[in-house]
Amino acid sequence: MATEVGPTSVKAPASGGAPIHHAPKGVGEDNRIATQGRWAAWLLAPTILALSVVIVYPIITAIVMSFQKDAGLDPATGLFVEGGPAGFSNYYNWIFQQCPAPSGGTVDCPPGTLGAQFWSATGTTFFFTIVTVALETVLGFWMAVIMARAFKGRSLVRAAVLVPWAIPTAVTAKLWLFIFAFEGIGNKLFNTTVLWTGSEWPARWAVIIADVWKTTPFMALLILAGLQMIPAEVYEAAKVDGASAWQRFRMITLPLVKPALMVAILFRTLDALRMFDLPYILTGGANNTTTLSILVINQIRQGFNAAAALSTITFIIIFLVAFIFVRFLGANVVEQQTGAGKGKK
Amino acid sequence: MTAATSAATELRAEQDRGRKAAQNREKWAQSRTYISAVVILFWCLAPAYWMVVTAFRDVGYTYDTSILPTHVTLDNFKTAFDTSFGNHFGQALLNSLFIGTVVTLVSLVIGVFAAYALARLNFKFKYLVLGFILGASMFPGVALITPLFQLFTNIGWMGTYQALIIPNISFVLPLTVYTMTSFFREMPWELEESARVDGCTQGQAFRKVIMPLAAPAIFTTAILAFISSWNEFLIASQLSSDATQPVTVAIASFAGAQPNQIPYTAIMAAGTIVTIPLVILVLVFQRKIVAGLTAGAVK
Repeated sequence: MATEVGPTSVKAPASGGAPIHHAPKGVGEDNRIATQGRWAAWLLAPTILALSVVIVYPIITAIVMSFQKDAGLDPATGLFVEGGPAGFSNYYNWIFQQCPAPSGGTVDCPPGTLGAQFWSATGTTFFFTIVTVALETVLGFWMAVIMARAFKGRSLVRAAVLVPWAIPTAVTAKLWLFIFAFEGIGNKLFNTTVLWTGSEWPARWAVIIADVWKTTPFMALLILAGLQMIPAEVYEAAKVDGASAWQRFRMITLPLVKPALMVAILFRTLDALRMFDLPYILTGGANNTTTLSILVINQIRQGFNAAAALSTITFIIIFLVAFIFVRFLGANVVEQQTGAGKGKK
Repeated sequence: MTAATSAATELRAEQDRGRKAAQNREKWAQSRTYISAVVILFWCLAPAYWMVVTAFRDVGYTYDTSILPTHVTLDNFKTAFDTSFGNHFGQALLNSLFIGTVVTLVSLVIGVFAAYALARLNFKFKYLVLGFILGASMFPGVALITPLFQLFTNIGWMGTYQALIIPNISFVLPLTVYTMTSFFREMPWELEESARVDGCTQGQAFRKVIMPLAAPAIFTTAILAFISSWNEFLIASQLSSDATQPVTVAIASFAGAQPNQIPYTAIMAAGTIVTIPLVILVLVFQRKIVAGLTAGAVK
């Protein structure tokens, strides 16, 4: 595939990578790429520099910190000890839920301490992620299908879905806390007398419902944008061929909307894995609603370095999930973003 | 003859029935769409409506569950701004406005160049740069907070504005670059070429031709950037002080006269104040915002 290197509409081949070098090229073209490369370097420099300062530097610092001991009282001697190299002990302590023992060495962390919560927080984080993303995908798809139809008041619906999205998460959390208050409208509507934030499953459902309310619109809009890319003629042709509504959905809508859907699911999944605001304000992390992010925040004031190890673990988990999505589930964000896969609309 | 007539009548009747059935199906589908639309409207708007209704309800009737506004008062808005219980909502509004404005401006000024390069130029490592920027936007805030907490403690920046602005840039800037890149790719760049034929340099063509055309895209990106900075909670909850806290933190920690009674009506009033300008902004620029939000996911 020859890549046109012209000033207008530069398209990369679908294979990705650095496309220019596979293209048949002349001398002028080479010069042009060199010029564009220099330009690009200058234009990108401020962004790369800024992101290096605000992201790359903190990550490296966090990784360095995670291999240091936290300064504190040595439980064996009762004396204040400076930190020092810790090897992998911070990671080991989190993963095997070990705490320093008074006799030296480590013991299982007593229940209730932060050290004993790693696996439950990981479980809670994944539970929230899987349930909320699944619900948001189904609901979002349904909303998108409705919003894609032609009916009077469609623009009203499209405007309304932006309302939950526009409300800050902190406000959302307080609003649902009020709705789920013991004397609140939630109990009145469902005719229940549940202390929603008072026990494990109601608290979890409160977080899930609030999160689904807040973020389904984003999902719906992304899927709607994907639906609108499907030409109406495809459906007409299928109808003429006698395909049922379900067949049309399964054989046309799903495969054609899949790239947009996968990107939406990827975004939401990575967002849900770092969930913090909602459970932190709604339940304070009580009743098994502590996510990994909340655990890191609770740990910060008890020891930077252990917190750094935990935040690095969180980062690695999110990175792995993103990798799995992109590598195995075909959520090709970069290709989507560069428009390389499908070309322009 | 009669047989033929009756056959024709029957055929016509059958066609009629078919048409009626089709019409019925159509009607039924249409009404199902409307029912769904009403459900969506209710689901999205009812909680927000409840916030506004409660904001205008007398504090003595906090748990009144009548759907229409009752015991209407403006007292809650006064309570929201009251500082006697250690709340700093008024100050927090100004803080959020200030932090959001600075973060948005800085991200736009830096990001616009990167977006131009990514949308328009062809160079080595383009995919790597894009991947880096996308990765940055997915980055978990907690992975930044620990080293920043220690760093800012050491250099005495805890509770300062810069301690809130700098980490905010880490997630607003990637979002800005990402959104603008998608917008820029859609623009009529032939005009740039014509300008260059007419003797402009690439820089001039960018400033004089492209910038005015790109203004709506940049404006939309600015709104999205501002909203995401306005919503930030995690970093602010750890690094801000009473004097610099943004509205999200102020609302999350809003205290009432009695320590174990949550002043819901005042919090809903504060929430309404924080939300209404945003909602108006979003509804006015609805089309553009949706385009900006979904940019990159499709196309």
